[in-house]
Amino acid sequence: MSHDSVDKLVRMANQIGKFFVAQKHPEGVASMTDHLKKFWDPRMRDAIIAHVDHGGAGLDPIAIEAVKRLRHRAGAAASGLRPGEGGADG
Amino acid sequence: MTLIKEIDYGTPESKSEKLVTLTIDGKNVTVPEGTSIMRAAMEIGTEIPKLCATDNIQAFGSCRLCVIEIEGRNGTPASCTTPVAPGISVKTQTPRLAAIRRGVMELYISDHPLDCLTCAANGDCELQDMAGAVGLRDVRYGYDGANHVFARNSGEANFNWRPKDESNPYFSYDPSKCIVCNRCVRACEEVQGTFALTISGRGFDSRVSPGMDEAFMESECVSCGACVQACPTATLIEKSVISVGQPEHSEVTTCAYCGVGCTFKAEMRGEEVVRMVPWKEGKANHGHSCIKGRFAYGYAHHGDRILNPMVRESINEPWRVVSWDEAISFAAARLKAAQEKYGKNSVGVITSSRCTNEESYLVQKLARQGFRNNNTDTCARVCHSPTGYGLSQAFGTSAGTQDFDSVDDADVILVMGANPTDAHPVFGSRMKKRLREGAKLIVIDPRRIDLVKSPHIKADYHLPLKPGANVAMITALAHVIVTENLVNLDFVKSRCDWDEYQDWAEFVALPKNSPEALESVLGVPAADIRNAARLYATGGNAAIYYGLGVTEHAQGSTTVMGIANLAMATGNLGRRGVGVNPLRGQNNVQGSCDMGSFPHELPGYRHISNDAARQAFEKDWGVSLDPEPGLRIPNMFDAAIEGVFKGLYVQGEDILQSDPDTSHVSRALANMDIVIVQDLFLVETANYAHVFLPGATFLEKDGTFTNAERRIQRVTKVMSPKNGYADWQVTQLLANKLGLNWNYTNASQIMDEIARLTPSFAGVSFKRLEEVGSLQWPVNADSPDGMPIMHINGFARGKGKFVITEYVPTDEKVGPRFPLLLTTGRILSQYNVGAQTRRTENTQWHPEDVLEIHPHDAEDRGVRDGDWVKIASRAGETTLRAKITDRVAPGVVYTTFHHPTTQANVVTTDNSDWATNCPEYKVTAVQVSTTNGPTDWQHQYRELTEQSRRIASAIDAAE
Repeated sequence: MSHDSVDKLVRMANQIGKFFVAQKHPEGVASMTDHLKKFWDPRMRDAIIAHVDHGGAGLDPIAIEAVKRLRHRAGAAASGLRPGEGGADG
Repeated sequence: MTLIKEIDYGTPESKSEKLVTLTIDGKNVTVPEGTSIMRAAMEIGTEIPKLCATDNIQAFGSCRLCVIEIEGRNGTPASCTTPVAPGISVKTQTPRLAAIRRGVMELYISDHPLDCLTCAANGDCELQDMAGAVGLRDVRYGYDGANHVFARNSGEANFNWRPKDESNPYFSYDPSKCIVCNRCVRACEEVQGTFALTISGRGFDSRVSPGMDEAFMESECVSCGACVQACPTATLIEKSVISVGQPEHSEVTTCAYCGVGCTFKAEMRGEEVVRMVPWKEGKANHGHSCIKGRFAYGYAHHGDRILNPMVRESINEPWRVVSWDEAISFAAARLKAAQEKYGKNSVGVITSSRCTNEESYLVQKLARQGFRNNNTDTCARVCHSPTGYGLSQAFGTSAGTQDFDSVDDADVILVMGANPTDAHPVFGSRMKKRLREGAKLIVIDPRRIDLVKSPHIKADYHLPLKPGANVAMITALAHVIVTENLVNLDFVKSRCDWDEYQDWAEFVALPKNSPEALESVLGVPAADIRNAARLYATGGNAAIYYGLGVTEHAQGSTTVMGIANLAMATGNLGRRGVGVNPLRGQNNVQGSCDMGSFPHELPGYRHISNDAARQAFEKDWGVSLDPEPGLRIPNMFDAAIEGVFKGLYVQGEDILQSDPDTSHVSRALANMDIVIVQDLFLVETANYAHVFLPGATFLEKDGTFTNAERRIQRVTKVMSPKNGYADWQVTQLLANKLGLNWNYTNASQIMDEIARLTPSFAGVSFKRLEEVGSLQWPVNADSPDGMPIMHINGFARGKGKFVITEYVPTDEKVGPRFPLLLTTGRILSQYNVGAQTRRTENTQWHPEDVLEIHPHDAEDRGVRDGDWVKIASRAGETTLRAKITDRVAPGVVYTTFHHPTTQANVVTTDNSDWATNCPEYKVTAVQVSTTNGPTDWQHQYRELTEQSRRIASAIDAAE
């Protein structure tokens, strides 16, 4: 992913974080992780996870924490868009 | 097929529950108290002659044709203004009554032209009918005296005569045929609420007068056509009837503009539309319409329509007209190639909020079953996706809570970020009617919309907040309600999650959330906010109506949830007259969302990760589905610029014009290997397309639309598709070329599949819709007849959810370079990107987009009214003409996005709602300066458009 795209994901993640950090019930980090899982496609999630793996520059603490949990929860299920992956065989 | 004629009962229905029994011509009839004798007679099939009465306006009692006799009472009262009474005995025909009526008709006809054979209303003229009904055989007065009929009397100019007013492109006004029944004037007042018409003069001088004896086009008339519909003669008549003649059959169908979902009788002669007449039985519109639905259907046969498929290898080449098979094969091959080279997730679809439910369903099915991914999204992404998210969080369903009729019981109406009289005009008229009856009004909008002050309407509070401060406003209102103990605790305790409520109440009560503390952020006096909050909380039934001014913000979803908080805290949910009502933008934007167009959910709003829901579709479709959410529209663009998203099938949506940050969208589209556009015209997006598949209009296909009230209504084919196929058939061709083996032969089969797989649509079928007219989902075993009002005994999700609404200022801030805030909207006569309405006479009302600017800001910049100005943001710049007005506050400018030459979205940015990526159209920091003409972008864009609209083949697309 280019810098531009990652910047945009960081901006989006921080926006989401600002909403959930204000919530009390249930706990904000878990809700944010759930939000990312429900609404971000796997490629965007992989990109933000990779960004956190590289230090997560620019991300607010809640966002970093939520993305970390996302990785644990995503596990092997994360099926991103990868070059060469199968075609429209259905 | 025959012409549908609704019964005209003469006067409106009485809502009284008390019944009264009387005798009319010896027959007993029982009707609600307050019913007129005229209406009671019609209930038993007795049509009392009438001219000035019709049942969508109040009785007037002027024509004196409807006289009756009542046993034991003196005289001959008018049956339209005389209410029923218990036990009375009425006679509708006696020698005395017949003589009176004949005398009245004789007078009418003595001042009326006798050109019936060549009159456009011939066959549909109530005056003619009444002359027949009363047995008029002679006019003893002759036609030579004072009259309004002849331009000259015995060679002398006749000053009582006035020429026809042909100024309105859709209807003509011929004063010589007017009988001054006042029906047009009353329809304009009571039904439409514009008050553009009056009667000038007195006695014999009385004439219908638009404005101050002006031409229709120069008056305040909004061309809704209610007057034309009300006119019993040819005085006000559609020009299409004048040119074609009277219709011979009609079909009921649903309008393809806006989310109100008016139903119309398409009155036809063969396959030619003679006119569109709003259907009285239509539950969304009750026989009313606006200029767009009634008149602006001419785009269907506009010369710009493309009727043959076209392809091109690259977007720099001219189009080649090809056969359907070649176009579909080309599209399928390129899609397959993209997936083979870049992976299965490299292609996607955009379903249309202008197409039918069945069509949107098939397009998302194509992505899920055919592409085997969830890269499907729809125009709702850029309008009401925050509504879907926010209301589903708060209540458990992604839709408005009420039907439109509910407004009749509202005591307080709060309108936020919506402009119903322009964008949802027929509902706007309903709302105005209720306001004239005394309901209170709060308007939260940066701009002084018409509702704030118009004839007989005045907002009790207009809170002209700064664009971008919605969450602060909602929280400040909540602060007042909580700290002044105006919360309906009984409702909250029984219906909502108490812990979440307490957290919320504690949060909104913080001093930082008071109207006083937020005054500088909001730019609205704290006292007004306090008063408005008190009114909302204590004024009786309070209903919130909101639009894109709420959703299209960085915190759009937060505001939606904040609105839900207000309604829950005050107990304004679960009955008539209250509720949270999103006014949806496009005709079928509710439906396209319902149909699983979003990348994260299947039809019926079930998340794609929900195993049970997914398995139902897997079983039916015979494939395994990807359980991960796909790309949303802005994510598709980002992925395209990254080079990993390569193919897009867009049905009926002009993303290049309607989506924000045009240059970003252009770059994304230019980076794709295959863009398939299915539309009526070579829309702006088609500049970047490789395949063009001609679309069909709503007149040319069968299906259903779902309006803002969740009301599912039939769309009926009244003419053969000029392009050869309904849109769902085109999708089926593509699907089958991709090997999916679909076999739908009728749109109803698609609805049957939807019903089979979607619990909230379980009871919906074309047959059922034809029986009952319309159904509001959910339609299932629990509510077999649908659900007009939701959440009556509990929320769909269980307990209502209060959400903390922390105000986060948008990143889009004014500064020295861009000191003004631009906000965008719509205008009555145009629709969305204007692809349809710009190809009708509606352009006479709105030929170009203009920039509204406050006099102070204009003076600072040396801008005069009508000057060309440049508007620049960090995203881009464009030019348009300035209109100086104090409708906008200082510091705020406003424009519409109906015209591609203006390209308002060149300046809007890629900021978006945190939850849904709905673009922040409503806030862009800009600078405005005088200029000599179009920007470089506009010049380049025009060249590109000309280039990309070249068609190489000799076969011309248009007729």
